[in-house]
Amino acid sequence: MSTSNPHFSGYGLGLRKEHYCDFLETSVPVDFVEVISENFMVAGGQPRHILRQVRERYPVALHGVSMSIGTAEGLDGDYLKRLKALVDEIEPLFVSDHLSWSRIGDFNSHDLLPVPYTDEALDRVCANIHQAQDVLGRTMLFENPSSYLAFEGASMTEWEFIAAMAQRTGCELLLDVNNVFVSASNHGFDALAFLQGIPAERVRQVHLAGHSQGRDILIDSHDSPVCTGVWELYAQAMTRLGPVATMIERDDEIPPLAELLQELAMARTLGAQR
Amino acid sequence: MNLAQLQHTFRSWLVSASDESAQSLGNHHAGLAVYQNNYRAQLVGCLEQAFPNLRRWVGEEAFLAASITHIDNHPPHAWTLDAYPEGFYATLREVFPRNPDVHELAWIESALNEAFVAADAQPLALEVVAELDWDTAVLQLTPSLRCHALTTNAEAIWSALWQEALAPEAVMLEQAGGLLVWRRQFTSRLRQVDALELLAVQQLQADGSFAGLCEFLVQRLGEEAGVMQAGEYLAGWLGSELIVGVSHV
Repeated sequence: MSTSNPHFSGYGLGLRKEHYCDFLETSVPVDFVEVISENFMVAGGQPRHILRQVRERYPVALHGVSMSIGTAEGLDGDYLKRLKALVDEIEPLFVSDHLSWSRIGDFNSHDLLPVPYTDEALDRVCANIHQAQDVLGRTMLFENPSSYLAFEGASMTEWEFIAAMAQRTGCELLLDVNNVFVSASNHGFDALAFLQGIPAERVRQVHLAGHSQGRDILIDSHDSPVCTGVWELYAQAMTRLGPVATMIERDDEIPPLAELLQELAMARTLGAQR
Repeated sequence: MNLAQLQHTFRSWLVSASDESAQSLGNHHAGLAVYQNNYRAQLVGCLEQAFPNLRRWVGEEAFLAASITHIDNHPPHAWTLDAYPEGFYATLREVFPRNPDVHELAWIESALNEAFVAADAQPLALEVVAELDWDTAVLQLTPSLRCHALTTNAEAIWSALWQEALAPEAVMLEQAGGLLVWRRQFTSRLRQVDALELLAVQQLQADGSFAGLCEFLVQRLGEEAGVMQAGEYLAGWLGSELIVGVSHV
């Protein structure tokens, strides 16, 4: 039986290679950092060494991209074993992954593929979450991904699916405000209905990121600053959620750290106003 | 369509981009195109990142064509993208059948990547070495060590490309040799060795016995020269931090 994660309302950044020196050699004004779990689920070498050093200076959240919680099959045992070893060593603030799938049979797409919002998928996702939380011995957070298509035959909305998933498994939530914005635009739903529909008390962390305009739809590219629309949605989310750990997530076109800290200051300002 | 069928169909779309799979998924052309692009771009990026000098050597166009061939024929299966470049070596042998320099450059970059994140191990301390019973010593090589036969000047080509210097033309070596790749502290190392040293390292990797290594070299070089060569190799490997443990039979 896993227990809830503590309430933590600091402000953080995703730790990227370009900023390793900043985080190891200076005192960066963040309350936590988040790393991509898989980058450190390696046998040894410099990545693990750097993560240990960073962990000595900052709380660390582990954010995965390969658990494939929505797969129609059970989870990958080797993956869970390696993640468990990393969790035990790093003692992270949070352990999170995405409400998506990437693996079926012997195929792994390495992308966050959409889950159909059906009763069958909900059963499967819940069984997989139970498996993960049992192995890790702790409550995980699951993030709403951006999606680019909606399957026919859905029996519930995304937020209804997430609420049921959290209620049945005890898992907690990582709310990606940019992903809500992107998916709402792509599928034509009301972003505020999403915020109203998820269980606010289960949200432990918030992601903010930039997106880009594709030919027909918005793309969750994480390669640009947070846009005005996402900041406005974040302000609305904070009204509903109250203080919650928030971070800026940039994965491409990584700017100097000062630029990301400036964005984080904006998040602090909006968070403080609520 | 149940969840498993839907996911297998989605796999077919990503791998083959067939009209049939798109139709089964509801013909969401814009969305499916984004997933298709993400899938392929990520794998191309993964190969580019893993083989930067090989890419410069064969040229961007040829590298991209080889990458597309590999992605079309070998969908990824491991949970980690780090595993994906491993199979590229076999594809390169098919795409460039007459270019052993290309195969060997690919091996070098792949081995360097693997060594970078291989298990940590502390080099054997000199105090330990001084007190060993060499007749019964079984030596353990660093888990980051990778060995390969070398037939071309790929080491010189790779070194020049790495230093952003003008790379020499590819030529066959007059005498085949070997390559060793391992990690020393946090830095991956590459060294060209002669054929005998490659065989000696492989002998030690397989057996571990120092007495066995001596016997192996004595058979090739004679009693005195063989034992002396074993001592020289051992000193070099210890200095390079290739030996990380010892036990006794």
